[in-house]
Amino acid sequence: MSKLIGLTGDEAIAYAVKQCNVDVVAAYPITPQTIIVEAFSEYVHNGEVKTEFICVESEHSALSACIGASLTGARVFTATSSQGLALMHEMLYIASGLRCPIVMGVVNRALSAPINIHGDHSDMMGSRDCGWIQIYAENVQEAYDWTIQAFRIAEDKKALLPVSVNIDGFILSHALEGVKTLDDKAVDSFVSTRKAEITLDPAKPITVGALCLTDYYFEMKRQQVEAIKESKGVISSVNEAYEQISGRKYGIIDTFGIGDAEVAILCLGSTAGTTKYVADSMRKKGFKVGVIKPWIYRPFPAEEIVKATENLKALIVLDRACSFGAPYNPLCSDVISALYQAERELKVINVVYGLGGRDIAPSDIRGLFEEGLEVSKTGKVNEPVKFVGVRE
Amino acid sequence: MVTLKELTTEELFTSGHRLCAGCGAGIIVRMTMKALKRPTIAVNATGCLEVSSTIYPYTSWRIPWVHIAFENAAAVASGIESAVKALSKREAWNKDVDVIAFAGDGGTFDIGIQALSGAMERGHDLVYICYDNEAYMNTGIQRSGATPHGASTTTSPAGRVIPGKPEFKKDLIGICVAHGIEYAATASPAYWNDYITKVQKALDVKGPAVIHVFSPCPLGMRFDSDKSIEVARLAVQTRYWPVYEFERGRYKLNIKVPTPKPVSEFLKVQGRFRHLFTPEFQHEVEVIQRWVDENWKRITSLCGEA
Repeated sequence: MSKLIGLTGDEAIAYAVKQCNVDVVAAYPITPQTIIVEAFSEYVHNGEVKTEFICVESEHSALSACIGASLTGARVFTATSSQGLALMHEMLYIASGLRCPIVMGVVNRALSAPINIHGDHSDMMGSRDCGWIQIYAENVQEAYDWTIQAFRIAEDKKALLPVSVNIDGFILSHALEGVKTLDDKAVDSFVSTRKAEITLDPAKPITVGALCLTDYYFEMKRQQVEAIKESKGVISSVNEAYEQISGRKYGIIDTFGIGDAEVAILCLGSTAGTTKYVADSMRKKGFKVGVIKPWIYRPFPAEEIVKATENLKALIVLDRACSFGAPYNPLCSDVISALYQAERELKVINVVYGLGGRDIAPSDIRGLFEEGLEVSKTGKVNEPVKFVGVRE
Repeated sequence: MVTLKELTTEELFTSGHRLCAGCGAGIIVRMTMKALKRPTIAVNATGCLEVSSTIYPYTSWRIPWVHIAFENAAAVASGIESAVKALSKREAWNKDVDVIAFAGDGGTFDIGIQALSGAMERGHDLVYICYDNEAYMNTGIQRSGATPHGASTTTSPAGRVIPGKPEFKKDLIGICVAHGIEYAATASPAYWNDYITKVQKALDVKGPAVIHVFSPCPLGMRFDSDKSIEVARLAVQTRYWPVYEFERGRYKLNIKVPTPKPVSEFLKVQGRFRHLFTPEFQHEVEVIQRWVDENWKRITSLCGEA
């Protein structure tokens, strides 16, 4: 029986992990991820899971232990935020390079300096090219649903890649929401237990992480490129299977009111919720506005985004991270590349917002939609990269 | 103590690797493989041993082997050991497995000490073997926290003003014992039966065990490659490298050196100390002798031999 439970974003992830037959969890606490570690510790100490929980001494060791466990054939989970993710940076590449299907909850938080514990996407954007499948959840329900799906995506033979499930620090990690959870048995039959084909089995010894010089390294990387491309199909089929057991429909990107829209805002994570709310109220007044929310950031949904922008005259891309010194910020750079490759001449405004947890209000979003509508009329972009909500 | 007759003829670390002639690490790993009791998984930190024994698509390892990074052999081994436990619980794994981590002095004394400390504190059932060639030999002989006072390396060169490394070596075993582990020992490949016996003891321990073994390096310590075992023996016979063990709270001196040779015997066969035998730096040999004497006194006192 599915149950409606009040959970924070962190608790929802921990609860999903509890249901997913995870063999090993290795984690280190960091705000705002800590609740995941704490909630999971309770499951372990109350005997609600059989998981081996390793309270490591750093995030670097958390992911190192996860890689070791994953290579041994275990289903593995970890979670982190901000500086913790940055400390894992070296291991992120090794996890994907060794094709370890680890699932990690990333509670997005600003990076130092100056130190700030609140939500933005600087941490994951700093690791965006690490070869992980990257998912962004809009709300707590999505955090729960994607965490369950992540294990099947990661462990699919066609992918065999690590997956990060991203939620916005505090905005989702600490927000209590009614979550429609699935019955333990339903999750169990959906994710089963991990059955790894190649492991560190003494009966069939293998060498993992050998030295690959100029003669082989490139080929290894080329295979990784193919694997993450292939993973898009895996994600879609897992989405379909998940819809069967949950009744909830997921995909590569989510759109709202995009059919006849002239202007859309494209953003990741929780901001999409506010944006949909504003778009809905504006649509009721006859404004043709819509929202595009990539659920999957890597592999980048270029085709899906280009298709969603077919009828648009202007697109506003919201970035909750900076790429210092770059012409556009991370998400917008990807979007513009996709549009350029598809020979779409669409006016784009890149907006940086919400750094260090700064709120973005419905009025800010309404202002952006209005600006987009103006651009769609005049065809002129005055300021291609702008900052909203900052004192200048 | 194991005898030659008892040792397996099976080679789980095969020839054909590309370690230098006379490399201590190769000898040490081969001996380690002779000590194995059960199916074993090896973890290897970045270093000479890793890059020379697994050049894709070749490997010298006939047991499951994994390399991940420089500083985290102990953390990776922790993950493997936990995974074996978890998989056994759900009956997806049905054999006893030992986990051994190999790391050099750089990967242990310096960058890897945090991961090692964490693994020891958490009590994972694994054996950690530090093969200590007393510098970062893989990157071209830079000083590490294990490099002895006076040794010339590329980052502690024998300059006109500073003759080699000014600092002394860290006490790795002291650090490990302070974690409350059951077994820690030093060893030298010149005393093969002592070393192999220690690996077997370490494997028997439930929980973390650490072996710190002197690893002669012809290239970095600068001696002819046929002198490796001789240098490893001199290290012990000059009392430079006390061979002892810590077992469940008790220290034991395994190799007594009643009539030690002067440490200069050990120093003068190695090019890394050559500058100490010039008139202006001769006093440094005395400094090293003093360190050796004091260290020996400290260790033998712990062992109840003083």
